[in-house]
Amino acid sequence: MNTGNTTKTTNTGNTANIVIAGAAETDEVGRLPQHSTLSLHLEAARNTLADAGMTKDDIDGIATVGTPGPIQVAHALGITPSWLDGTGVGGSSFLFHVRHAAAAIRAGLCTTVLITHGESGRSRIGAGRFGLGSDSLMGQFELPYGVVGPPSSFTLTALRYMKETGLTHEQLAEVAVAQRRWAHLNPRAMYRDLITVDDVLASRLVAYPFHLLECCLVTDGGGALIVTSQERSRRDPVHLLGAGEAMDAPMISQMEDFTTSKGFRLSGEAAFAEAGISHDDVDHLMVYDAFAHVPIYGLEDLGFVKRGEAGAFIAEGHTSPGGRLPLNTNGGGLSYTHTGMYGMFAIQEAVRQLRGEAAAQVPGVEVSVVLGNGGMFASAATLVLANRLP
Amino acid sequence: MKAVPKPTPDTQPFWDGTAAGELRIQRCLTCERHYFYPRPSCPHCGSGTVEWVRASGRASLYSYVINHRPAPGFEEGGPYAIAVVELEEGVRMMTNIVNIEITPENLPLDLDLKVVFERRGEVHVPLFEPAGGAA
Repeated sequence: MNTGNTTKTTNTGNTANIVIAGAAETDEVGRLPQHSTLSLHLEAARNTLADAGMTKDDIDGIATVGTPGPIQVAHALGITPSWLDGTGVGGSSFLFHVRHAAAAIRAGLCTTVLITHGESGRSRIGAGRFGLGSDSLMGQFELPYGVVGPPSSFTLTALRYMKETGLTHEQLAEVAVAQRRWAHLNPRAMYRDLITVDDVLASRLVAYPFHLLECCLVTDGGGALIVTSQERSRRDPVHLLGAGEAMDAPMISQMEDFTTSKGFRLSGEAAFAEAGISHDDVDHLMVYDAFAHVPIYGLEDLGFVKRGEAGAFIAEGHTSPGGRLPLNTNGGGLSYTHTGMYGMFAIQEAVRQLRGEAAAQVPGVEVSVVLGNGGMFASAATLVLANRLP
Repeated sequence: MKAVPKPTPDTQPFWDGTAAGELRIQRCLTCERHYFYPRPSCPHCGSGTVEWVRASGRASLYSYVINHRPAPGFEEGGPYAIAVVELEEGVRMMTNIVNIEITPENLPLDLDLKVVFERRGEVHVPLFEPAGGAA
């Protein structure tokens, strides 16, 4: 078979340009006690189909996580997919779904994938049960020490990072201050009032060295994406230039090095390599921010700054409105919304920025990088998105 | 009441050890490296030929938080230290720091520690205190 010159002229199969052809959140995010978990998925899905100019009959692949899972979501929507992905590795899962969808479309397994997120994180309506068995790994080797969810365990790495790099308590607080500046510009953000370092340090201690304002919100909401090949897109597409996925350890106590995330590094390297971009090409950045230290790790582990420099970089305003590397421009999990699996909202904001329709729009965004965390530095994925091909 | 771990066949030797007042971890007979948490093959070289050994019980403070929102059973005694310690053998585990007033000043990183055991129902949980004795 002569395939010598086909790759130059086709845009299907292994060479297909993969795009995000639809993206939307639920009508509201925040406190939504009248919404079940499933209804959040479905509202996000319907909004996204409308955004894409598509109907459910255009969808032949479905991906979502955990409760209620891909079968319930597809069945409720009246979709019989020929491809399902239930990858559930925490809040980064939706970035994994985008990467897996791209591979499935290129492999010819399906053509158009709907990825949904809905989580009644605050109101817990129709939500999955918390809790791990006392014979699970965490049940035996972490929970007996009085861990109460992520605020008392995801935070465990910070003191070691501070000792090794010299990061100060004030610099950690600056992360929350910088993100509140973005939330101030976003009418959908849960917390919009500007705050100071003193405000952060005066908020109550949750788990030293973390104060309340250095911890993410807990909200209800959802979002969805449609991933397909460029030909099938019916609106200005957002191109997937590259993606990477990685992991570190199933318990934070077993993380390889408390001062750097292996998952962040490896997924970032893979995504940048596939996209063929350098850091100078990046106009906009989203880093999953469950707690204030996570964007610091993200900036360093993705290579935007050198080790130990991220705290000063943020404190000097470089990630704030008007700065050279706008970061978490929706206000992030610290101020915008955090349903529990925040990664979907990080992707949504990148898409809005690339379309030029964000609440706090950054001028001239052409390339955006999204870094998702899952669990407590357990899984990670990175997407490189752009509104143009290289 | 504080959470009580429930052993599995993989982890039973660890919990048998704590009941006997010993901190036991695994060691690979092929590459001779220690590892933790309990599992049937060596994460370094992949060998399935591994043994249980008694750790010295000496450790240093790798990182911690002082938790202000107590878990069930932790309401008494105020904020407590959830810590990750590095054993002399090189492996790390989560624990609580006990027998010292829990303040940042009292808990500099790399503080020398030694293991003690706390009974929880049928299980003994390894905790750590300053190696210099109670403050």
